[in-house]
Parts: sequence; C-alpha cells; structure tokens
Amino acid sequence: MKKASLWQAFSKGIIKENPVLCLLLGTCPTLAVTTSASNALGMGVAATLVLICSNCVISLLRRVIPDSVRIPAFITVIAGFVTVVQMLVKAYLPALDESLGIFLPLIVVNCIILGRAEMYASKNPVLLSALDGLGMGVGFTAAMLLMGMIRELLGTGCLFGLSVLPGFYTPITVFILPAGGFFVFGLLIALAGRLQGGKRSEEMGCGACPMRGTCGKADCEKEGKEEGKC
Amino acid sequence: MLKSLIAVFLAAILTENYVLSKFLGICPFLGVSKKINTAVGMSLAVTFVMLLATAVTFPLFVFVLEPNDLAYLETVVFILIIAALVQFVEMVLKKYIPSLYKALGIYLPLITTNCAVLGVTMLVLEKHAADASYTFLHAMVNALGTGIGYLVAMVLFAGVRERLEDADIPKSLRGLPITLIAAAIVALSFLGFGGIVDGLL
Repeated sequence: MKKASLWQAFSKGIIKENPVLCLLLGTCPTLAVTTSASNALGMGVAATLVLICSNCVISLLRRVIPDSVRIPAFITVIAGFVTVVQMLVKAYLPALDESLGIFLPLIVVNCIILGRAEMYASKNPVLLSALDGLGMGVGFTAAMLLMGMIRELLGTGCLFGLSVLPGFYTPITVFILPAGGFFVFGLLIALAGRLQGGKRSEEMGCGACPMRGTCGKADCEKEGKEEGKC
Repeated sequence: MLKSLIAVFLAAILTENYVLSKFLGICPFLGVSKKINTAVGMSLAVTFVMLLATAVTFPLFVFVLEPNDLAYLETVVFILIIAALVQFVEMVLKKYIPSLYKALGIYLPLITTNCAVLGVTMLVLEKHAADASYTFLHAMVNALGTGIGYLVAMVLFAGVRERLEDADIPKSLRGLPITLIAAAIVALSFLGFGGIVDGLL
C-alpha cells in the first residue's frame, strides 16, 4: 500500500469531500445539535467513533454480505455500534447525553455513516476504510464545531459556555433557535461553494443519497448520473 | 382524555413540528420539496410508515423489552423493525394495490433512513416514561399529527420554493443555500405558534 493513497483516503473527507458542507450528508444532526460548540464537538466525536468501527466491520464483511440484503445488514452493524457509544456516553458523560438527547441514537440513520458504508467500506480493504471513516469523521466534527461556534457566539455571546463577548454585545437569540440553524448552514454552504470555485452541486443531489442504488426511480435517475459533482 | 389527545395532535403539527423545530427528516424535506405533488406523496408515505412503526414499536417496548431489561436494545430493534416494515409495505402495495404503489412506492426506500420515523417512535417512549398517562392512543395520535405536521411543512415549503424559481438570486446563494435560508424564514414563522396549543385548550 502506497503511503500517498493512505493519506488520500484520510484527507479527502476533511476538505475536498467534506461530508457536511460538500456532500451534504447528515444535515439533521448538523442543524439540531449545533446550538453550542461543546454539543457539536460531542456529537462529532460520537459519530466519528461509530463511523470508524462500522467502516472496519463492514469492510471485513464485504465479501460475506449478499448484495440483496446489504442495506439491512449495514444498518444492523451500525445500530450495534451506536448502542455501544450510547451506553458509553450515558455512563461517562451524562451531561452530554442529556443535551444530545434523541440525536445520539439517531446516529444510526445519519446518512454519512450509511453512505460511507455503501460508497466506500463495502468496496475497499479494512485499513483504507478505517482511514476513510476517520477522515470523514474529522471532517464532520470540524464542520459541526465551526457551525456550533458561530451559533453559540452570535446567539449567546459565549464559546464552550464561557462568555467571550462581555458588555457591549447583545446576543441575537435567534441564532440558537431552529431558524438560525438553517440560516447559518445556508451561508456556510454558500461559502464552501464559493471557496471551491462554484463547482458545487446546484441542488441536493441524489448522488450523495445512500439509498440511490435501491431507489433508482424518483428524480434520482437523472441526478444520480452526475455523481461526484461536488 | 379527549382534550389531551387533541393537545397532542395539535402540538405535533404546530409547536413541535418535526422538520422545522426538531430538525428530524431534513434530507427529504430539502430533497423532495421541489414540487408540491412529490412533497405530498413523500409526506403521505412517511405518515403511513410512522403510524405502522409506532403501532408495532410502542407495545413491543412497553411489554417485551422493558420488563425483560432489554431497553438498551431499543435502537437496534427499532431500526430493524422500521426497515422490515418498509420492505413489507412495499411488497404488499406492489402486489395488491399497484395504484398506491405507483404513487408512494418510489418514496418508500428513502424512508428507512428518514430520522423522523425513528425519532417519532423513540420520542413517544420518552414521553411515556415521563408521564404514565401518555398511553398507546396518545402515541398513535402523536404519530398521525407528526405525519400531518410533516405534510404541512413540506407543502408550505414546496410553495415557497416554487416562488424561488423565478427570483433573481445572487450567484453564490443559488441552489441549496437559498433553499436553507428560505427554510429559516419558514421555521421563523412556525415560532409564532409557540404556546398556541395551551392557549386554545
């Protein structure tokens, strides 16, 4: 295995194929738990752990799982790891468990994880899949953290719960409300597209959808062909 | 009893709208809300699966998993049930009601990974654990209300997006960014419903 390709498997998830800002996967947790930087970080790390573990196991099992039942099989593997992470967080970080709430078990339907299983881990060897999981996880965490910091700073004047804008700044509460989440996310995607020179996908493409293979109908057919337009 | 059911139903549609205030099911919300008729089809399919899933998972959790100290299996069991139900519904519709399959079938595979369905089955159990008077009936009404809330949000937003088509949008914001900003404004308008359910009843 060449060193360059290992590095590439890891690094592509951070900027070039950032799962959140570029592939537009995992929008639900990105919007929901980024009301504070520490929540965003916790969610990112939890999802990264699940992603690495599930990528490894799915990659190991890739020749064993029959093609026709692969989606349920992937979901079962992922759900197992989500339960493990859920129990760990409950035991050691009860405050984080409280603030993430339902979104911790919902990692299981996070399209990043199923998407990477389907697009990468089911076709590549273990080491590459683990690195891909790590890179995608880091990219996810970085995007979440960025958004969490922006929203917490503007919405409450704090960072990680510490007041950093005392006195002269009146917090704009709407930034920690749902509406602020959509707004900040929209602007971040616009910025990411701008920085990439406008080659970004115009719409929420089916190219990124993990169910694209099984779906094949709907609007996916024409959009699915322009895969990797990000 | 009836009053509390109505309260649950209205709250699920307006104040606790899954898409716009809980951020569940955002992917299809952004993905298929381009046209009103696909938005309606998707929401109806989601409502149907939510009702079925709640009808199966609620009794299963309360009568089987919880008494046997297996509550930690919630995530694994629920997602498998939802996946199996979706498959099953797809097969039944395909065989017996082809017209309905034609209308809803294409959305069904997308629903397995729709976090709103898993979310609704899990959140009602949280409510049930906190308050024993929250019964199976409440859970079903909640599932129906959530589905309708989903429909309302999708249809409203599809209308907004159709208007966006003709708008002159700055180059960087075209496509998804402006869609998200529009969603922000729709979400903002739903804030106005805060407290309305308690006020009505």
